[in-house]
Amino acid sequence: MEGLIHSKESFGTVDGPGIRYVIFMQGCPMRCLYCHNPDTWEPGKGEKITAEEILSEYNKNLSFYKNGGITVTGGEPLLQIDFIIDLFRKAKLQNIHTCIDTSGATFNPKSAECVEKFSELMKYTDLVMLDIKHIDPEKHKALTGMDNKNILAFAKFLEEKNVQLWIRHIIVKGYTDSKNDLILLGKFIGKLRNLKALDVLPYHTMGVGKYKELNIPYPLEGIEALPLSDAVSAKEHILSGIREVRGI
Amino acid sequence: MDFESWKGFEGGTWKKEVNVRSFIKHNFTPYDGDESFLVGPTQDTLDLWNQVMELSRQEREKGGVLDMDTKIISTIVSHGPGYLDKDKERIVGFQTDKPFKRALMPYGGIRMAEKACKDNGYELDPTVKEFFTIHRKTHNAGVFDAYTPEMRACRSSHIITGLPDAYGRGRIIGDYRRVALYGIDRLIEDKYEQKETTRTAMYSHIIQEREELSEQIRALDDLKKMALSYGFDISKPAKDTKEAIQWLYFGYLGAVKEQNGAAMSLGRTSTFLDIYAERDLKNGVYTETELQEMIDHFIMKLRLIKFARTPEYNDLFSGDPQWVTESIGGVAIDGRHMVTKMSYRYLHTLENLGAAPEPNLTVLWSTRLPENFKRFCARISIETSSVQYENDDLMRFTHGDDYAIACCVSSMVVGKEMQFFGARANLAKCLLYAINGGIDEISGKQIAPEYRPITSEYLDYDEVMQKFEAMMEWLARVYVHTLNIIHYMHDKYCYEKLQMALHDKKVTRWFATGIAGLSVVADSLSAIKYAKVKTIRNEEGIVVDYEIEGDFPKYGNDDDRVDKIAYDIVHRFMTHIRKHHTYRDGIPTTSILTITSNVVYGKNTGATPDGRKRGEAFAPGANPMHRRDTHGAVASLASVAKLPFVDAQDGISNTFSIIPGALGKDDKIFAGDLAIDIDCCANGACGTPTLFEGLDANED
Repeated sequence: MEGLIHSKESFGTVDGPGIRYVIFMQGCPMRCLYCHNPDTWEPGKGEKITAEEILSEYNKNLSFYKNGGITVTGGEPLLQIDFIIDLFRKAKLQNIHTCIDTSGATFNPKSAECVEKFSELMKYTDLVMLDIKHIDPEKHKALTGMDNKNILAFAKFLEEKNVQLWIRHIIVKGYTDSKNDLILLGKFIGKLRNLKALDVLPYHTMGVGKYKELNIPYPLEGIEALPLSDAVSAKEHILSGIREVRGI
Repeated sequence: MDFESWKGFEGGTWKKEVNVRSFIKHNFTPYDGDESFLVGPTQDTLDLWNQVMELSRQEREKGGVLDMDTKIISTIVSHGPGYLDKDKERIVGFQTDKPFKRALMPYGGIRMAEKACKDNGYELDPTVKEFFTIHRKTHNAGVFDAYTPEMRACRSSHIITGLPDAYGRGRIIGDYRRVALYGIDRLIEDKYEQKETTRTAMYSHIIQEREELSEQIRALDDLKKMALSYGFDISKPAKDTKEAIQWLYFGYLGAVKEQNGAAMSLGRTSTFLDIYAERDLKNGVYTETELQEMIDHFIMKLRLIKFARTPEYNDLFSGDPQWVTESIGGVAIDGRHMVTKMSYRYLHTLENLGAAPEPNLTVLWSTRLPENFKRFCARISIETSSVQYENDDLMRFTHGDDYAIACCVSSMVVGKEMQFFGARANLAKCLLYAINGGIDEISGKQIAPEYRPITSEYLDYDEVMQKFEAMMEWLARVYVHTLNIIHYMHDKYCYEKLQMALHDKKVTRWFATGIAGLSVVADSLSAIKYAKVKTIRNEEGIVVDYEIEGDFPKYGNDDDRVDKIAYDIVHRFMTHIRKHHTYRDGIPTTSILTITSNVVYGKNTGATPDGRKRGEAFAPGANPMHRRDTHGAVASLASVAKLPFVDAQDGISNTFSIIPGALGKDDKIFAGDLAIDIDCCANGACGTPTLFEGLDANED
């Protein structure tokens, strides 16, 4: 079975625990205003690759990945869920740590077929890094073009499956930095018993060049990269929400 | 043999013979704990360091040199004692009679010494110049008396560069620990015994050996006198930690008073000194604060080692490095790791005194180092960017557990092995000579033998390889022969008598060579093999540029097609090197480790078939060429890791910079500390999972 990838990184240190082999999958249903990988949006493009090819490259340099593993990101990796199932199933046969970096956007709790596929995938998945773009459905829609109902449902689905969960949240001034929303987010994720970590990502402008290359107008023109201190206080707000629901 | 100073130490071979490794093995205490025992700097330490910072400022303002000898020729005993502040210094001793004053060392070459004075605004005393021109020959003069025209041509065309023929070769580590453990008298006694037991038939090498042993004895005597001028009698063993550090430092100080070597490394001293510190802590002789203070002052002294050098020298090495390398940690061959509290104290000086490039603190890294120490190293590295790491698991196999690093990567067993430093051969230029039949692509001169050049418009891989092989064979020959002359003359006119006095009688000599331009050659051959390379000739018909049609695999992407080429070049060149006679039966090794001089090598090399333009810098060491590694760091490192270490035992370097953000998460905003923030009770009694543990990938 073949998947379509945008690129690979042999030394991934920020997408999951340890040093990881990171696969950037091609195609994404969302159009987040702050996306820094617009070149991964369009499905159907990219380079064809098989699970065997990925695993063979991974195994060649196994000693580097001793405390790491494989992460699929994108784009939205779960657009090609059949390929990821194939890849992770084979990876788990070799006891490789598997991680998905996803927006959860393709999850549909009402479709039995979809739930079945996701359940199958979770059998081979050690860690999901779920990027919740916004806790408020309206603001989520304004930011990404979709509402967040299925995404939040996905988080609960993962709790049910007891899959380790990291929550990622990107902080953009004027979009995702409201204190109330951050506390609400904290309250939501604080209830998830499978939550293992929180990864607050300050908005940066390193994607701007790619938009120019692709001739796409940059949606957040004029918004500056977020200072570290603002990200730290955003983290504090989310944590306070977590503490509140956990009664600590 | 026994001394009162040895009370409390467990015995072993070391009591019967000069054998520091045996002493360490029987007495060291591996430390598995964490860094919490460490203490901050004392007021005296801070005062002294402020004084140093002020002197450094003055030195910078004066353009890089604060003071310099122009008349007194530096020897072990040439200067009276020098101090920063005698009452505050726990460890004493400077190279001259005051800090920041650079010594005059003309034995390597009088012209270099004169130029070092002049370029820094001083004038060499004319009587010194006369003496070292007419009455006393230098290493440099000796070498040029013996060089052949071919060697001179290779030198001026830069196919062999950086040769230690006008300056001290360095890369020798005296076992300075012997001074502390045995005291000078015992060491002299040992040397007399060695002299008495040489062979009696007077072959030239036996004569040389006997003369050198006499020189060594004289150097040890001088060392005793020098220490006495500071008020210390080092004829007997050191009796406690403070004396051990001081005795050891005097040994090193004697060496840097005598030699201005390209690398004057310290050795592997921390675990040795820890044995004294453990004994003193147990007996209540010193407190942790006092011990750390001594180490802080010792390291401070090592930071102030200075030599008089020329701007060109500093250009070649990008700065004014002394390579006071100290090797820390590693694993013993009995399986115990060799991390001690002293290993922590050494690295902790980077916090107490602040970050610094010297001494070059080098952790001999093993997967088997204790977890606490690994974490400590990681933290110190993140905070100071001043720690070097080398692979003990790789080097222990050859050198055992008492080797140290000279310079940046050259490993040698302390007191038992030394190296003849050999600079580098420019293999990229060698490839161009193969194409142009031995004519230099820049000067147009015939440098190598007139082998038949390549005349076709497009380069054919097999033809180029055949000619390259022949040219490498020529280069290896002239290179080794040149080095033989250099080391003969260095021994004759600039012998490292004190450093060699702190070696065994039977010394293994590594005959170091080096390779520059490896990735240029690998990519060039790959381009010739997998793409089409067209030659562009000047009016004389010399190929001066290349056009590449199509793409080709590039070294640095974990692609075996080209990585195999890089492997073969190293192996083949080394095979040619090994064919030749080496001075004093030196064992040939090679290194691929230009750290900074790659810029200079590139400047002197014409365009190459990989698309590199004339004058463009080479990649440093064994690095892939800049921006040609496109598959991320692991793929890049994997290419380098394929090079044969057995052929390049003197070291393979891969200079690798990375922005901090690409090495991992900022702990201020990442989740690892979520546990601390959330956990209501630190012991986890409330049942909240400790989130940090969840980050462990191996947890199932």
